[in-house]
Amino acid sequence: MNILVCISKVPDTTAKIAFTDGDTKFDTNGVQFIVNPYDEWYALVRALEIKEAAGGKVTVINVGTADNDPTIRKALAIGADDAVRINMDPKDAMTTAKQITDYAKDKGFDMILCGKETIDYNGSQVAGMIAALLEQPYISYASKLDMNGNSATIERDIQGGKEVIEVQAPFVLSAAKGMAEARIPNMRGIMAARTKPLEVVEPSESADATEIVKFELPAAKGDCKYIDAENAGELLELLRNEAKVL
Amino acid sequence: MKTDNFQSPDYYNIDDLLSDEHKLIRNTVRDWVKKEVTPIIEDYAQKAEYPQELNKGIAELGGFGPYIPEEYGGAGLDQISYGLIMQELERGDSGIRSAASVQSSLVMFPIYQYGNEEQRKKYLPKLASGEFVGSFGLTEPDHGSNPSGMITNFKDQGDHYLLNGAKMWITNAPICDVAVVWAKNEEGRIHGLVVERGMEGFTTPETHGKWSLRASRTGELVFDNVKVPKENLLEGKSGLGAPLSCLDSARYGIAWGAIGAAMDCYDSALRYSKERIQFEQPIASFQLVQKKLAEMITEITKAQLLALRLGQLKNEGKATSQQISMAKRNNVKMALDIAREARQIHGGMGITGEYSIMRHMMNLESVITYEGTHDIHLLITGLDVTGINAFK
Repeated sequence: MNILVCISKVPDTTAKIAFTDGDTKFDTNGVQFIVNPYDEWYALVRALEIKEAAGGKVTVINVGTADNDPTIRKALAIGADDAVRINMDPKDAMTTAKQITDYAKDKGFDMILCGKETIDYNGSQVAGMIAALLEQPYISYASKLDMNGNSATIERDIQGGKEVIEVQAPFVLSAAKGMAEARIPNMRGIMAARTKPLEVVEPSESADATEIVKFELPAAKGDCKYIDAENAGELLELLRNEAKVL
Repeated sequence: MKTDNFQSPDYYNIDDLLSDEHKLIRNTVRDWVKKEVTPIIEDYAQKAEYPQELNKGIAELGGFGPYIPEEYGGAGLDQISYGLIMQELERGDSGIRSAASVQSSLVMFPIYQYGNEEQRKKYLPKLASGEFVGSFGLTEPDHGSNPSGMITNFKDQGDHYLLNGAKMWITNAPICDVAVVWAKNEEGRIHGLVVERGMEGFTTPETHGKWSLRASRTGELVFDNVKVPKENLLEGKSGLGAPLSCLDSARYGIAWGAIGAAMDCYDSALRYSKERIQFEQPIASFQLVQKKLAEMITEITKAQLLALRLGQLKNEGKATSQQISMAKRNNVKMALDIAREARQIHGGMGITGEYSIMRHMMNLESVITYEGTHDIHLLITGLDVTGINAFK
């Protein structure tokens, strides 16, 4: 099995979120970046498990600038065999998907795994777009993936239950919680990552189709008011006149 | 199960001075501590047991002999990586860091540095993988700050050495498979010997009732006419300088480790003080609490810079024993002071196992005493700057 895993670089979940350039750009000052958890914990680790059971190769791909190399090295430290970075700063999901597709289309990957979303923009778009551009089946929000030869049995979490799907490789999948258990790299992995190949590929021609006009932070949380359990009247009064929800 | 919300303070953007690999190593150990150490360590400390099942994980992280070359099973990392690993392990608990320190700097280091090729090949890979637990015997019941007065000794019996004496306050003694023991020969010269569990006359009684380093096993190494094969002598160096060089390496790791304990206390105190409401406002809004927090982050930042610069000197082979001594003393005292202040900020909660504060505080009472007491380190600096020996 030759597996391509798409990885994104995202701000650490504890990062303070702020914007610059008239609220059009994310302020990266002092922010630590990590591999998108859905890509790392689920897509990458499941890909490695499949490779370990059936043989093959796991390649990770990222569309981004050289700043992303430490993130890519972490994926190599966890166990990916090699990495590709498409050398550009993509502004939207279609650009990212097109670049990955252009790279992957003649490489014969048996499957392309992504996280179900990135934890920064939460778009959940790239995996579906890759599948469409490659004209391959797409299974989103998968929480289980088992391979039997070229045939995959996949579970998806759906409203109130589970859906079980069978599909033949090649296919594209977005991975959700449950697919695998996060792995912490070991020191041998970190050292091996020093010398694993990280190929930098110049981007194919593409133009961003969308433009970010403005970011806004959610409104600050209001103060919490405590009302005595005996005093239901005051609660109703506040709900009616202050919160204006009644 | 406890959630570990630790966020590392980096007031001076010291991360910018680290390589990407340093940060990956540190974050890897940090993630591991959050996953494997935090959820269990309080229980083990309360029960006064060492979580020996963690050894495999520490080994995989490269925590046993990080700077020992790969051909002997080490990770072949630089000294800053070693420091960062110790920092993160001690962020979890000083007992875990102690286990890694002893194995790396006090057992693997002397075998690598002063052992012959056969000894290196025999012991180092098993110590690196955690299959063997090692201990280091220098301190004796009556010889702590004055190790040169040791009475443990060995006599040449032709085909073996006969070892007699006792060592005390030895981390990992009750569970060790091998011990690097420092003893005097018939001429009174100090040498290192590798003593293996199972050698007749070698026992390791445990020290019970500790209020500190409870999640770490401590004991004695007792030698009653132990026949040690001649090939177990570390021939590379003799004299007090040999064990002291091991202590240099371990003290360097402690200088980093103490920062981990301090950061954990500070981080917890900062969060608690913003959440704890008294007089209708978070206690973080009171000047006396802010004073404590401001002093804590200042001292942590200074300690971080001290450790990093010392790491650079170690990497260049230029760090002196006196420089290492200063960093160990400063950073451990800093951590202990911060633990005590953080304990106060946590109020009554600070004395419970719900928070790591009191455990760190009690652990640091050992750390400020072992590997050279705080006072002895002051005298080392005093001697270095005045040229006058105030030890005796």
